[in-house]
Amino acid sequence: MYKYASPKNFYVLAGQLIPWLGIITLVLFATGLYLGLYVAPPDYQQGDSYRIMFIHVPAAWMSMYVYVMMAGAGLVGLVWNIKLADMLATASAPIGASLTLMALVTGSLWGKPTWGTYWVWDARLTSELLLFFLYLGFIALQAAIDEPRRSARAGAVLALVGVVDIPIIHFSVIWWNTLHQPASIGALNRIISPTIYPTMLHPLLINSLAFFLFYYMVVLMRMRGEILARERHTGWVMQIVRASAEAAR
Amino acid sequence: MKPRHKKLLLIVSGVAVLTVASLLILNAFRNNLVFYFTPTQVFTGKAPIHTVFRVGGLVEKGSIKKSDGGLTVNFVITDLKKSIPVYYHGILPDLFRAGQGVVCQGRLNAQGQFIADQVLAKHSATYMPPSVAQELKHNAATAQVDSTPHSYKP
Repeated sequence: MYKYASPKNFYVLAGQLIPWLGIITLVLFATGLYLGLYVAPPDYQQGDSYRIMFIHVPAAWMSMYVYVMMAGAGLVGLVWNIKLADMLATASAPIGASLTLMALVTGSLWGKPTWGTYWVWDARLTSELLLFFLYLGFIALQAAIDEPRRSARAGAVLALVGVVDIPIIHFSVIWWNTLHQPASIGALNRIISPTIYPTMLHPLLINSLAFFLFYYMVVLMRMRGEILARERHTGWVMQIVRASAEAAR
Repeated sequence: MKPRHKKLLLIVSGVAVLTVASLLILNAFRNNLVFYFTPTQVFTGKAPIHTVFRVGGLVEKGSIKKSDGGLTVNFVITDLKKSIPVYYHGILPDLFRAGQGVVCQGRLNAQGQFIADQVLAKHSATYMPPSVAQELKHNAATAQVDSTPHSYKP
């Protein structure tokens, strides 16, 4: 296990994993979208507009998951000084920000036909917007500090402080009267019996798995780039650069 | 204790304290964070009825009266304990119908009628095809018929 904690070995391992992650993600996405857009029946109340759920819900789930990964990696980086953990946090931030934006935009597009409005300041929507700003703050803070160790440390502290928002997002629909409906699956009382019809639930779960693997694929790609940039003066990176330069010729 | 573990403990307890603090603050602001008030809360004086506020509940069945080509609508909003008559002039969301959850923004007039300037529809967390919804409705209806003889038992 420790073997892969060295940037060089991690670089090689990630390079081998990425194509497989890519293939599985693609297959899952194709299956999920086909089942969701063609096979799943329309909803008894919302008709076809509910189908945006197959993008909205995985994006929203992953926006929270990626943040927890980012904060967790930040903690590991702070305590154990593991460079790879710092890189994982840094590499996750833009992906998480994109997923959050995607959840906000698709939610807004879903809100107009069903609720009658693009946006309301209810607890769920506001706490998700706060998550977006936390990601942007993390990215801006790290970009403002040049020295990698200090940049990683400052980012980790911000990420850990912001982790408070995650339970707030999750429980907002239970704690307060919100326009947003409570969770159909995932909440403790709904794990056994989700309130979504099976043929509608399956594409949702398949797409969620696709989003999950997509995150790992992209984060590994970004970490590989980060490793090359940080280790650019070492022999093994120079060797790779030389080899790819020769291949290009 | 190793310095590393001390650091870990410090960070974890820091985050825990911060979480508890935020949750306490949110709990204190609980009433200001609600998106709408229920009709019962309006009647018990928990809603700011002298300013613009939102009231949420179900559209009472058979209470919808449309006039002016459907643009003006009167209906009753209820939480099954208390209900409030609502007047609204404007375009309703697609999901607006009897029995549906809605949130209305506006103010109470002197007659106790809620003059809404915005009506939003809530949707439930239940998703199913129309045929299944039909079947459930049918089953509920037959179940009621079946249960009637039992209720005659002393």
